[in-house]
Amino acid sequence: MKSLAELEAIRQKTLNRINLRQEKEGEVTRVVIGMATCGIAAGARPVMLAFMDEISKRNLSHVTVSQTGCIGMCRLEPMVDVIVPGQEKVTYVHMTPEKVGRVVAEHIVNGRPVEEYTIGAAEK
Amino acid sequence: MDIYRAHVLCCGGTGCSSSGSAQLIQRFEEKIKENGLDKEVKVIRTGCFGLCEAGPVVIVYPEGTFYSRVKVEDVDEIVSEHLLKGRKVQHLVYSDHATHEQNANKALADINFYKHQHRIALRNCGVIDPENIDEYLAFDGYKALEKALTTMTREQVIEEILKSGLRGRGGGGFPTGLKWKFAAASQADQKYVACNADEGDPGAFMDRSVLEGDPHAVLEAMAIAGYAIGASEGYIYVRAEYPIAVKRLEIAIGQARDYGLLGKNIFETGFDFDIQIRLGAGAFVCGEETALMRSIEGKRGEPTPRPPFPAVKGLFAKPTMLNNVETYANVAQIILNGADWFAAMGTEKSKGTKVFALGGKINNTGLVEVPMGTPLRTIIYDIGGGIPNGKKFKAVQTGGPSGGCLPAELLDTPVDYDNLIAAGSMMGSGGMIVMDEDNCMVDIARFFLDFTVDESCGKCAPCRIGTRRMLEILERIVNGKGEEGDIEKLENLAKTIKATALCGLGQTAPNPVLSTIKFFRHEYEAHIRDKKCPAHHCQALLNYVIDPEKCRGCTACARVCPGGAISGTVKQPHSIDPAKCLKCGACMEKCRFGAISKV
Repeated sequence: MKSLAELEAIRQKTLNRINLRQEKEGEVTRVVIGMATCGIAAGARPVMLAFMDEISKRNLSHVTVSQTGCIGMCRLEPMVDVIVPGQEKVTYVHMTPEKVGRVVAEHIVNGRPVEEYTIGAAEK
Repeated sequence: MDIYRAHVLCCGGTGCSSSGSAQLIQRFEEKIKENGLDKEVKVIRTGCFGLCEAGPVVIVYPEGTFYSRVKVEDVDEIVSEHLLKGRKVQHLVYSDHATHEQNANKALADINFYKHQHRIALRNCGVIDPENIDEYLAFDGYKALEKALTTMTREQVIEEILKSGLRGRGGGGFPTGLKWKFAAASQADQKYVACNADEGDPGAFMDRSVLEGDPHAVLEAMAIAGYAIGASEGYIYVRAEYPIAVKRLEIAIGQARDYGLLGKNIFETGFDFDIQIRLGAGAFVCGEETALMRSIEGKRGEPTPRPPFPAVKGLFAKPTMLNNVETYANVAQIILNGADWFAAMGTEKSKGTKVFALGGKINNTGLVEVPMGTPLRTIIYDIGGGIPNGKKFKAVQTGGPSGGCLPAELLDTPVDYDNLIAAGSMMGSGGMIVMDEDNCMVDIARFFLDFTVDESCGKCAPCRIGTRRMLEILERIVNGKGEEGDIEKLENLAKTIKATALCGLGQTAPNPVLSTIKFFRHEYEAHIRDKKCPAHHCQALLNYVIDPEKCRGCTACARVCPGGAISGTVKQPHSIDPAKCLKCGACMEKCRFGAISKV
């Protein structure tokens, strides 16, 4: 038999797992990874797995990870867009699994984009 | 905790299962594994999405891409394009019948079919995995039971249901709160809660969908009802023809017992409640409450006179409270959100929403849930997508064999219990069968009466003998042997049966006949006097003819005719010998020049 507190814990845990099925625009932070041939060849898959890993470790129920096609700047792949509701879209370039931890911690959790990884910094 | 970046939701309801969704799910799992995506993408079998017409239905989240009529061979493309490369497979995306608009970039809720709906009873169908209690819990599952048991008295629970204005969704429309109150007031050492899942109306399948898509909603509501009336045992009476629903109910009951949500001392409040399943063998009369209870007891499914009402003397001669599946599906939401929230929806005397099963000559066959008071026109045209093949709407049949047919003039009727009865039909369990100009209304009446004659249990004479006599008259009419006075005879019999039959089955059986006479009397008269079927449907009353102007003498019709009724020489107009014609219509289908017509 489960106590009321245990039921509540199951609720929360399951909600994290299935949150991406609820269409709540404006509440969800989206991580979009360019995964066309160019992105995959440049190593987008390990980057995506690193994002998923980090998000699940931190129990971030309001974040979804999804893929997109070629953004057009193949030389900068792997590219990742992070869209926090109410803020401007931030595009990270030349991503690696190692860089993912900082993006999640500083940008997604604390709301401060990691300037040095962004497309703006790379193109200077 | 396993987080996946994408969920592939496949409909596992009866409709989509019969069009191959089980194979789809298997193929998805194989292909996802093959592409090394099994740690990223999860496949979930859900309940019915409602848009059965477009089945099998697959939705990919987080994008919410709605794929329709997916075939096993399409799976490879969805996996390699959408799941691997993130590109939607445009040609498989659902496109609206009326607008031909694809939803590629729209949320599910923006599709015409869903836009006008308000889903309460169906809220979890197609959203959660019905075989996983955790997903139900995540969507506020068993919170209402918790609230009722730990913060409300029995009287408060009943008062809340009473105030909400919820009425029985099985057909009668009796106020649910009153039923609970009567059962609570009865004194006995043992009381029972029962659930009527013996859905029998031809064309209605909302109860099945709720049980398949959200079985815990029914279990939770039954436990709340048990608490409210002081019962410790519940029975679900479900048809054996619903194997998926039965299986999911069994799984759900097992999971609820494991979590202590059914059984002894629930939430340590001292309240005991458990549920058993009883399978029905598919007799229509067992959907009638007294017959249903006899069947649960293991006796022959025959109705008994009321009073005594089940609330006083029901199952095993103890006070019993019986509600329909869809009624229960609303209960937890009312307890959670309050009676006022529920009563704010609907019309003055019919609150909340109602699920309708759309079928017949309509584009979007499926299940829809709309607020009470939604006009028929909105349901049939805006949600249902209108009539296929550019045909004209003729009538809509509501309420199954107990209901009636409503003509085009009544399309703007707001649908609720009282309006439908005033219009000569009834809500019934919510089947809506749409008919177009090719349907003969006399034959429709004959069809439904044929059903009731078959399903009459035979206990009382008005139903056993009366409906049989009515059917004989109708059969005579559609066979071109109708006589003057037949309509009056039908009306007379109908009145007597309605007044004297023992149970709801007999009392409502004449309704399809009466309503078609009321609205389509001219069709009856055409059959009887002119020996013509205006819809060109009744075989005995129609002839196939070839228009010599249009006939090119290609001989295609003569070659396909199984009866050798067509004669003529090549490049000369042919003709049909009515004496030999079998009226199979094969020639008409074959003719490329539109030269053959029915008169």
